[in-house]
Amino acid sequence: MTTADRPPLTKKDFKTDQEVRWCPGCGDYSILNSVQSAFAKLGKQLHETVVISGIGCSSRFPYYMETFGFHTIHGRAPAIATGVKVSNPALDVWVVTGDGDAMSIGGNHLIHALRRNVGLRILMFNNRIYGLTKGQYSPTSPQGKVTKSSPLGSIDQPFAPLALALGASSTFVARSIDIMGPHLEGTVMKADEHDGTAFVEIYQNCNIFNDGAFKGFTDKEVRSERVMELQHGEPLLFGANKDKGIRFDAGFRPEIVTGDELGTAYVWDETAESIAPAMALATMNEAEFPVPIGVFRRAAKPRFEAGINDQVATAQQNKQESLRDLLYSGEVWTVD
Amino acid sequence: MDTATPSKNDSAKPVQELEQVIIRFAGDSGDGMQLTGDQFTRTTALMGNDIATFPDFPAEIRAPAGTLPGVSAFQLRFSSFDIHTPGDAPDVLVAMNPAALKAHIGELKKDGVLLLNTASFKANDLKKAKYENDPREDGSLAGFRVIEVDLEARTKEALANSALDNRSKMRCKNMYALGILYWMFHRDMEPTMKAIAAKFAKKPDVVDANLAAMKAGHAYAETTEIFQSAYRVPAAKMRPGTYRNIMGNQGLCLGLVAASKRAGLPLFLGSYPITPASDILHQLSSYKHHGVVTFQAEDEIAAVASAIGASYSGKLGITSTSGPGMALKAEAIGLAVMAELPLVILNVQRAGPSTGMPTKTQQADLLQAMYGRNGESPVCVLAASMPSDAFETAYEAVRIAVKYMIPVIVLSDGYIANGSEPWLLPDVDALPAIDVQFAPETSADTKFMPYERNQETLARPWARPGTKGLVHRIGGLEKRDVTGNIDYAPENHQHMIDTRQQKVQNIAKDLPPTETIGERAGDLLVLGWGSTRGAITASVQKLQADGHKVSAAFLRYLNPLPNDLEDLMRGFKKVVLPEMNKGQLAMMLRSRYLIDVVSYSQVNGQPFKSHDVLAYLEQTLAAMKEGN
Ligand code: SF4
Repeated sequence: MTTADRPPLTKKDFKTDQEVRWCPGCGDYSILNSVQSAFAKLGKQLHETVVISGIGCSSRFPYYMETFGFHTIHGRAPAIATGVKVSNPALDVWVVTGDGDAMSIGGNHLIHALRRNVGLRILMFNNRIYGLTKGQYSPTSPQGKVTKSSPLGSIDQPFAPLALALGASSTFVARSIDIMGPHLEGTVMKADEHDGTAFVEIYQNCNIFNDGAFKGFTDKEVRSERVMELQHGEPLLFGANKDKGIRFDAGFRPEIVTGDELGTAYVWDETAESIAPAMALATMNEAEFPVPIGVFRRAAKPRFEAGINDQVATAQQNKQESLRDLLYSGEVWTVD
Repeated sequence: MDTATPSKNDSAKPVQELEQVIIRFAGDSGDGMQLTGDQFTRTTALMGNDIATFPDFPAEIRAPAGTLPGVSAFQLRFSSFDIHTPGDAPDVLVAMNPAALKAHIGELKKDGVLLLNTASFKANDLKKAKYENDPREDGSLAGFRVIEVDLEARTKEALANSALDNRSKMRCKNMYALGILYWMFHRDMEPTMKAIAAKFAKKPDVVDANLAAMKAGHAYAETTEIFQSAYRVPAAKMRPGTYRNIMGNQGLCLGLVAASKRAGLPLFLGSYPITPASDILHQLSSYKHHGVVTFQAEDEIAAVASAIGASYSGKLGITSTSGPGMALKAEAIGLAVMAELPLVILNVQRAGPSTGMPTKTQQADLLQAMYGRNGESPVCVLAASMPSDAFETAYEAVRIAVKYMIPVIVLSDGYIANGSEPWLLPDVDALPAIDVQFAPETSADTKFMPYERNQETLARPWARPGTKGLVHRIGGLEKRDVTGNIDYAPENHQHMIDTRQQKVQNIAKDLPPTETIGERAGDLLVLGWGSTRGAITASVQKLQADGHKVSAAFLRYLNPLPNDLEDLMRGFKKVVLPEMNKGQLAMMLRSRYLIDVVSYSQVNGQPFKSHDVLAYLEQTLAAMKEGN
């Protein structure tokens, strides 16, 4: 990837001179670190990369990336990024968003970017809370969540973001966790390789307003039992000794298998045509089952920006018309 | 009225010469009235008349047939002299059914010609139009020259040999009516024959039937005794040059494409369907061969947001909409103000508030364009005033947007959008240059300053992603001038607020002098903006001919206002401003200049009638004379 014209860069090259202003201990720091590291490994060039965000804690991200950056308005980053990518498909366009930004105010733009398959990489930091506005429940907060705006517990049913993405025909759907640096970095790199919209949900701890939201499965002591890493072509196994597995019954309900039945664990195919297995994992009850991370779905579909620009290029090839001919077309008449 | 020589189609009946005629076609939305009007318009334009049109669509796409809400009308006025409006009361009304008659008879001139399609005057038709008695029999049509033709029976006869089914044959009855009018007004059938042949190229039966119906109508008028004579309106004396007929939305599209080409900036339109602006999306999507990208977004916000993304990437970002869409776009337009990116926003205004009357016209979004965003968020605001003015206005919007790195809102309205008139085509080579300079590549060790401004315009550099050495961050947060770093310092915010305002104000240095119709001083100045221009021009010209010291001026530039406007207004004893709103520009001018601008307001979903404007101005002059 690197040539004299495109020198190799280090993680440090992707840092800006701006002071990072997230709360100390916020999960965003480790995400920033993993992304910068992945970008360096991917041989990215500063000027070819654009990071576009909406509003929220996560959306401060562009200020800390020494690339082109556009910190836009609440929820609209996918729409602005679509305009950027369509206008210059050569650019490497990343959208950084949060659960409030992407799932609530910007839900419409997100699902339409996904269904169109615009070549954007969308990183959604999911902390299951509104951080920047100081702690209201978000569309991914669990039911019953007590927050400043839900003193008796929230009544809302939360979204399963990956199920939403799958339902919107997203061609790349993955999940990772802020504190699992190497996995996160690897997932970012896989998203980068994908041809089309890549949607990555990143569980991110907001240590101020929702501390420990993911502790139940991310804590070192329980992680191997509670987190299941998806491996393409491998059975769905988890546990410190990989002695437990997941299979699906005829109704695509997940079941945990152990012992003699371990061999019946479902063999994961991230490129499967049916979204049913991915949907089953994306909606699996977090309390009962391990939390899957990794690539849920990867599908090949034409990219939106290619289609839209191809139509223009073909039209330009098929019809040449001067500006004068355009204006003077139709029925014209001359007065002497 | 002179009797002229017989027409070239060898009419045996005499031909009378008229200076102007106003025709209104009215029928069910399924009767093809817009198409009929459009054909008459094209033919008449080609024959060298000046012409102005006003289509009046029903609110529903398909209201129940034969009912009042389903009536669709198309008015056109053509003349042998320069005209500015489609006229007020028609000389000829074509009513395809009782509902059309009921909706429009009130405006037909006394002695006017009323062409009635008797085929649809059965009891049930009358009931649907809520007529208790047949108006043809109760004396209510006395005073009009009524011509009754059973268009269905006549069309059926004419198409006896056609292979089409009965339903399709009946669709040709509007062509039969058009044939009658072509004979009456001595129009050439040739252009319509060509147009129909082209339109239905793949359906020869349909072409044949339409043409047969039109010719039969023509022959019917020629031979029957009900018409005493045909009329002719000689060609108008128009400025030399090449013309085409143009509608406002078309003019905007062509202006944008022309500007895109001259600037070397590929055009990106982000848009969401909305009446009456959708035709802009349709038309631009057919200009792909001019490098135009159209993106039909998921909503109004995504439409403007994608256009901002396009501008950020170095394309010409445009979005088109109407009032409700403007409300949704407000926050994003504020972002473009903050990020100082060029953006053109077309608002084809319609009657509000809320959903209002989507197919009716109004110009009540001016204050929304000016102030309808949070914070101090100044943008440039321009207004198109006629279909033939739309091209230049759109072109100018692009020039300003890229020169000053600023959003420009272009206000049009439903009346301009769908009305048509002859447009003197511009000399393409003489179009003003639009000079675009992108920030150049720099070496990695110089830090790029995204808000380092051009000292003359205060524009910041247009730094396209992908350009080496230009990495920088922008966004909606307040930023320090020059560096673009986030900055909440009081003195910086004040400075940036003032700078964004000054940048808009600087545009005024660039503007041509405000033109007037008449002297630059006198008793009464009638100001206008947008589509009131036609009615004002007609009224003021009449008053001038009557010897009054009245002038008119029309403002394309609403923000900033032209620097010469204040002096111009002070040269008159009184300033009157007709607007299709509750006095929005009048309020702006009064507060800005402390001049007692008098608002003449009409907000009924219809354009001003020139006789109403004239009557108001006459009253005003009379009152001034009495010293009131
Ligand atoms: S409020 Fe929460 S999410 Fe926001 S910066 Fe602080 S810790 Fe991070």
